[in-house]
Amino acid sequence: MTLDLISVYALWSAIALYAIAFVAFAFDLARRSAEVAAAADEAAEKAAAAERAAAGEPVAVKALASATVGSAGAGKARPGRPAGGTLTLEEDHSGTVTASRSISLRIGVALSILGFLLHLTAVVTRGVAAGRVPWANMYEFAMTGTAVIVAVFLIILTRVDLRFLGAFIMGLIVILLGLSSLNFYIEVAPLPPALQSAWLVIHVFVATTGTGFFFLGFALTALQLIQARREAAGTALSAKRFRFMATLPSSQRLDNLSYRVNIIGFILWTFTLIAGAIWAEAAWGRYWGWDVKEVWTFIIWVVYAGYIHARATRGWRGNRAAWLSMIGAVTVLFNFTIVNLFFKGLHAYSGL
Amino acid sequence: MQALTRPSDYVDASSPQGEPDAPINAPKLGFVGALRFAWRQLTSMRTALLLLLLLAIAAVPGSLVPQRSSDPNGVIQYFRDNPDLAPVLDKIQMFDVYSSAWFSAIYLLLFVSLIGCIIPRTKHHYQAMRQRPPRTPARLNRLAVHREQNLSGGSTGEAITAARDLLKKSGYRTEIYTGKDGVASVSAERGYLRETGNLLFHSALVLVLVAVGFGGGFGYAGQKVVVEGQTFVNSLVDFNSFNPGRFVDTESLPPYSLKLDKFDVEYETKNINAYGQAIDYTAHVTSRDVDGDTEKHQIKVNQPLRIDGTNVYLLGNGYAPKVTVRDPEGNVVFTDSIPFLPMDTNLTSQGVIKIPDGLAKQIGMIGFFYPTAVEQTSGAFASNYPDLIYPTLSLNVYSGDLGINDGVPKSVYSLDTDKMTEIAGRTIGKKEGGTAPLKLMPGQTQNLPDGLGTITFENVNPHPKKDDYAGSVARFASMDIHRDPTQVWVGIFAGLILLGLLTSLFIPRRRVWVKATEGADGTVLMEYAGLARGEDPGLREAVDNIAERHIRALGAVPDEAREGNVEA
Repeated sequence: MTLDLISVYALWSAIALYAIAFVAFAFDLARRSAEVAAAADEAAEKAAAAERAAAGEPVAVKALASATVGSAGAGKARPGRPAGGTLTLEEDHSGTVTASRSISLRIGVALSILGFLLHLTAVVTRGVAAGRVPWANMYEFAMTGTAVIVAVFLIILTRVDLRFLGAFIMGLIVILLGLSSLNFYIEVAPLPPALQSAWLVIHVFVATTGTGFFFLGFALTALQLIQARREAAGTALSAKRFRFMATLPSSQRLDNLSYRVNIIGFILWTFTLIAGAIWAEAAWGRYWGWDVKEVWTFIIWVVYAGYIHARATRGWRGNRAAWLSMIGAVTVLFNFTIVNLFFKGLHAYSGL
Repeated sequence: MQALTRPSDYVDASSPQGEPDAPINAPKLGFVGALRFAWRQLTSMRTALLLLLLLAIAAVPGSLVPQRSSDPNGVIQYFRDNPDLAPVLDKIQMFDVYSSAWFSAIYLLLFVSLIGCIIPRTKHHYQAMRQRPPRTPARLNRLAVHREQNLSGGSTGEAITAARDLLKKSGYRTEIYTGKDGVASVSAERGYLRETGNLLFHSALVLVLVAVGFGGGFGYAGQKVVVEGQTFVNSLVDFNSFNPGRFVDTESLPPYSLKLDKFDVEYETKNINAYGQAIDYTAHVTSRDVDGDTEKHQIKVNQPLRIDGTNVYLLGNGYAPKVTVRDPEGNVVFTDSIPFLPMDTNLTSQGVIKIPDGLAKQIGMIGFFYPTAVEQTSGAFASNYPDLIYPTLSLNVYSGDLGINDGVPKSVYSLDTDKMTEIAGRTIGKKEGGTAPLKLMPGQTQNLPDGLGTITFENVNPHPKKDDYAGSVARFASMDIHRDPTQVWVGIFAGLILLGLLTSLFIPRRRVWVKATEGADGTVLMEYAGLARGEDPGLREAVDNIAERHIRALGAVPDEAREGNVEA
């Protein structure tokens, strides 16, 4: 079996594991929804009881705000519904439920780690088979880029509990990786002279890593927007859709997290731009020439710069800035897919 | 203080939130007032943001429509394909987006707004760096991060001195205050570098723009196609095309010459999936300076030659078949190596040969060169390998008026056949008695139609071998010669951009206060509070850390750090 073939097998095994991890993470979200529903019922019952006790006196929701309903192990108000959640209501009336420990969540993380190890094997064997860095055509960009996304996700997990993002991340990874493996696969080929440069190692890897951070920022921002809607709606625990959101951090916290992830992406992207310019000077005789890929790299940079400024502008902080981050993510995806495949320019290295 | 020097709509943790926007019923403004109003609008965050987003949007069309700067042939093709739409787009500068009036307007406004922001902020920052940390707020427990601990005894004065020393050691600037109630406290601030980085980042952006502008004025770029064995002289007349900046003295280009001794190409032959893919291009050149000193160099795709303040880049290459045309008496009327432009990866190449004088009629030829020719079922040729295995030159010959006598410059790569007749070619070859395209291999000679003379495809290998065509056709290299005096500066400023960005995003700016209040029972209440100025996820941790170290330094045991160490 050739190394390249080992790489292909490892990659498909990784995709399979990621898919199972996705199911586990999705199962966890469903479980969260159930817990929130149970907690909501319990809260409603308590409120009703309080109302009865107060004999017709109006019961402000605030009364609930200070009341921590039940402790761990409570929430068995309705039989048949497993619930281990602790309910607290914050001042903004958005319900939050602390999710209980979950086996499916752990399975999801464990499978993600296993999948990542296989994924890494695929990347490394491809690189060894090619005798160079494994990011010189679109198949390899996609393979390495998604590996970086998973790596960044797993590393962040050791510092901040973002496991709730698992379903989102793994779902998108499976789609991206599956589509690229099916459509972009090409045999190992040597580097054309234009790519024979140390900058291939640096520029492309940093760009890929930056894309990974933007991708995570996108996932967090999407959740932030959903959370903000839920918070704005007020009595959220009884909401029919996205019940699990009640177990997730507040939109403010998600906003802060996505900002932190996005600024790292932005710094890496700035470096990508500068490194790309230095390389372009040596390879193409000018450091900047508005080649289509340069244009889109610039657009992405400006959009995220806009996002960072928006977060410091009154009236833009919050949802509006978040939408800019979403637009930024779309431009990143556009740059990777449409620009690579359909636009004519100097960065014609898709290998397709 | 913040409100005056920062844009009025800047979100800052220390400035009151929800400040009303500019009142709608503003009093009547005079001319100066109106200017001031316009200036404040331009330098507001909202305007800067809007201009940023506008800049991103304005950059998009340049990637959808070919640009003259990066893809001039694409523009010509676009005009051909969309004869109705193209002139309209051209009117609104869609083929020169990045030098267009509207794109320039956006970025110039953005930079004016930026400068309008940088200057007052620099002034303010300079003052802030010389100021003492601000007075301690009366009620520290109102701040976002606050913790307190009762100590069983000790002197408040000592506690405060210890706190000041600790904060100083941690990089804070400190000041001891005594409140109206006589309570002593330390006020400390750190992270001034954050704002320094911010200003550096934005100033460096301006500097990059300035440097790029200067570079455009004082630099030049020229293109030259050099065939193996030929010499290029760095002077205006020798370039194929030349684009000087506005302030370039084209008479005083650095006088050196480059001879292309040899052009080596290496092809992949081991990997069957990439068989024939070029894996290395090397141009071996000899430079000669004004004193006649020569030096040998190599130029590769990622390895330009830096010589005499100019950079020589290898941007393309191909074959340059050498052709000799003789009249019926055998006199040479034309002999030259003609660069043929590659059309695919197997170097099927196209070129034009023009013979204006010496024959009975003007002759023009459109030639196709196949380094390894294979005949397709359609009868047409194609090349299936880029090296010289079975080199074949196929020529369509036209006679008539080349259209060059009226002095209008014509591209050497195209032939205008409007006033010419095909005398050999695929169209006429199909007719009764017509001549098919002339087919030649290196070393072969054929008669031109109509008894005009002969044409020879020269084998340039000095020791030609039978059935081995290696080296039989010369290669050409297309070189770009640039001079950009500000390139290094752009690089330095770009480095400053990155440096400024890193410091402005990762160095937290925070204020920390430590207050010691003596209780009636002799206990001392220590209060620690922190305020973030800008994004600062580590504030609580920092305050906890200071508090714990301080309490330990006083010989007490710190309380457990409280739960919820995450910011809201």
